[in-house]
This record gives sequence, structure tokens and C-alpha cells, in this order.
Amino acid sequence: MLPQHLRTLAQVGAEVELEVEAPVNLRSALDALEARYPMLRGTIRDQVTQQRRPFLRFFACEEDLSHEPPDAPLPDAVASGKEPLLIIGAIAGG
Amino acid sequence: MPFRVDNHWEKAMSKVRVLVGTRKGAFILTADGKREKWDVSGPHFAGWEMYHVKGSPADPNRLYASQSSGWFGQLIQRSDDGGKTWHQPGTPPGEVPAPGPPKAASNKFVYDASDATGRPLTTHQWYDGTQHPWEFKRVWHLEPSLTEPNTVYAGVEDAAIFRSTDGGENWQELSGLRGHGTGPKWQPGAGGMCLHTIILDPSNPERMWIAISAAGAFRTDDAGKSWKPINRGLRSQYIPDPNAEIGHCVHHIAMNTSRPGVLFMQKHWDVMRSDDAGDNWKEISGNLPTDFGFVIDVHAHEPETVYVVPIKSDSEHFVPDGKLRVFRSRTGGNEWEALTNGLPQRDCYVNVLRDAMAIDSLDKCGVYFGTSGGQVYASADAGDSWAPIVRDLPAVLSVEVQTLP
Repeated sequence: MLPQHLRTLAQVGAEVELEVEAPVNLRSALDALEARYPMLRGTIRDQVTQQRRPFLRFFACEEDLSHEPPDAPLPDAVASGKEPLLIIGAIAGG
Repeated sequence: MPFRVDNHWEKAMSKVRVLVGTRKGAFILTADGKREKWDVSGPHFAGWEMYHVKGSPADPNRLYASQSSGWFGQLIQRSDDGGKTWHQPGTPPGEVPAPGPPKAASNKFVYDASDATGRPLTTHQWYDGTQHPWEFKRVWHLEPSLTEPNTVYAGVEDAAIFRSTDGGENWQELSGLRGHGTGPKWQPGAGGMCLHTIILDPSNPERMWIAISAAGAFRTDDAGKSWKPINRGLRSQYIPDPNAEIGHCVHHIAMNTSRPGVLFMQKHWDVMRSDDAGDNWKEISGNLPTDFGFVIDVHAHEPETVYVVPIKSDSEHFVPDGKLRVFRSRTGGNEWEALTNGLPQRDCYVNVLRDAMAIDSLDKCGVYFGTSGGQVYASADAGDSWAPIVRDLPAVLSVEVQTLP
């Protein structure tokens, strides 16, 4: 699931479905997302350092995965497609 | 026998396109040469900070835009049809991305630290005087080549200059600037350590000028391979050595293309000019009510006619006395007249940022500027009278204008 500005950029809806080759982890999921939607490259993680942009967080299955190593396996429910990986932009300005 | 194009015919047939970058999107304002009735298109890239939008002099339908966000980083957008449609270079509109490694690299700005062409990525001064790593943050200014639509320069924060020769798809740093020796002494201004001004010399493709807040002005005479500081004559009371070689907070530089050796500068405080391509500067603030400001620009046909918008001070970023006044000098500086006809003269407290003024090349030339309050004002008579094109845009970051046939 993507933040609104990234949906506009990629011209997609809130949720996109991706085929991710095993092992399914944050790195491979984001690699697959950027391969399918290259206009998103650099918007979620820095082009050079590959670090997550600080105002974005990764949630899944009611867990905060933002600080998990990029090669840590994602929950089985995400890998099997039952649950979404949520990419959430910080809410600010009010 | 000289042939003179009739002015009325020229105005009827010509067109101007004003490119406005704001804190929440880009807008394109178009009118015929009379510049009275305007069409407004936008917001393009709604919700994003559009630091700069500029067209190619070699192909007016080729536009480049810097799209930035605190959440999502930097993007580069390009239009090949005058702003009707846009795409990120490397991802053409309508093309289904192929499987495999992503093609788009248009937002990949990597400082060149390679042995072959680069310079070591040293540190620069931080606000507190300690050293700080060089980090790419955003593109402040895009300067398309005068002759090649696919060549464009980018001025970025932390300060460096990049060049693309493939329409913005790939970028290479001209690392001689960052690495020429004074880099570790550069420090950020309040808005960041940004390279915000790039001027190309139409008479000499090897020469260009850039300016950095708060390092100063620099010039290359070999197409960007090597650079030298050109700050002699600048005096800044807020640095330990007011006459230092670098460390000056240059806000903007402007030039009339018919006279490339003469430059006009709005420094943090002080309005300056150079008659020798930047080797020496002298102050021309004269009778301005305050010589703090951001924008400066030069008349399209009268190279001694200069425009500034004085701002009260560096701690009060709004126009003085509640009056929005453009000041014009017809004598190359020192003697300034306030231009107020059509501009608010009471209860006005807006700012005009460094890239937010532009001048078209019609006769009489048009002058445009945008404010932090979201107004874009236009004058179709070189500043004698003004009218708002739009009043209620988001805060304006940049204004450029194209004069179209």
C-alpha cells in the first residue's frame, strides 16, 4: 500500500500487487516495486545509500518493520499475499 | 535599408509562457504579446515543492522541472510539449516498464568521488563551525543549455553542479567546483548550502558563473573542469574576515545576454556589479531603502537597467514599510526609482525569493515576479505599471518566462 503522492506518481491505486522472488524481505519487495514502477526509484529509499527516507515507515500485520534489517524475512502473511506491506508517510503539518 | 518589425504586430503574434514553481505545485501562465489576458494551467505535481521550472532556449517546448519533497526526495520532470504532459526522464509516458533493473535514474545525483574524474568527498562547515559530511538534498536550479535541448545543468544542495547530456536521464557532477580547494570552508546559509544560480555565457561556451549560499560566486573558463572564486570586492560583516576569498552569502546574479562581461549581484546585504566578468565587484546600492534582498534581474534590451526588490532585513523577510516596491535603476546602479503603480502600498508583508523574477524579450519587455503570498505580478511596460496575473497561489519559489514566436 502506497502513500497518496506515490500513487499519483506511479499512476496506480492505493494498493499494488507484486510478484516477489524468494526470499521475500523488505529489500526484495522494494526491488520488485521499483522494477515495476521505476518512477518510484529514490522516493522510498535513497538512491545511493538505500536508506529508508526518514519520513516513511513500513508496517505489516500490526507490526512496525521500519527498523528491521532489509534482508529480514517479511511475515508469512505478507509473503503469501494475505496481508499488505504498508508504506506510510509521516503525517505532519497540523 | 533596415527593416523594423511593427511593434503591434509583434505583440499580437508573440506569446509568453510564465513558469511558476511553488511550495505546492507548478503553474503555467500564458498570454499573447499584449500580456493582458492570461490562461492559468496547474497545479502540476500538486502537493510537491517545485523549486524551479525552466525551458530550453534551443527548444522552447522542452521544459525541465525540479520536483522535491521532504518525504520522497528529489525527482526531475521533463516536458517535450511545452508543459502539456510531463514525464520523468527514463520513463516515457505510456511506456510499460520492462521487468529487470529500473531504468529511471533521473533523480540520481551522486557526488563524483572517483579517482578518474572526481574529487574526494570531503566535509564542509556546518552552522556551528564543525565539519559536516556532504549530503545531496535537492535541486534548486535547472539551467538548460543555450544550444542543446538535451543538455541541462543542475545546481544542488549540498552545493555542487551537475550536468546531463541526455535530457535529464543521467547526471554527472562537474566535480572541479566542489573540489577546487575551498570546499571544506563552505557553509550553509539559512536556506541550506545551495548552488542556486547558474549563468551560461552566450559568447563563450567555455565560460559559466555559479553562486552558492554561503560560499560566494565562482567562474569556470574551461566548461566546468576548473573553477575559481570571484568574490573580490564583496564585503560581509557577518564573517570573521569580511573580505575573505569565500564565505559570502550571494543571493543571486543576473546578466544581460548582450553584454556577458557585466554582472549584477544581490548579496545578502549589498547590491553589487562587476564589469570584468566577476573579477572585481563594486557596490551599487545607492539610494535603495534597504539593500538586503534576494532577486535581481536586468532589462532585456537596456543592459544598464536593473531591477531589485528590497527586503527589510535578514531577520524580517518582508518588504519594508508594508509596501511592495520594485526598484529600477536605469544607470547600472546607485540611482534607483521605486516602481509602485499597481502594487500594494499598505499592509503588505511578502517576500520575493531569489529565483522568483524573470524578464521577457518583447518590446517593451515584460517583468514578472512571484511572492511568498502566492501572487504573481506582471508588468508589460518594463516596470512602469503592474497587475497581478494570479493572487492566490501557494508561496512562489521561482518564476521563469519564455518569449515564444
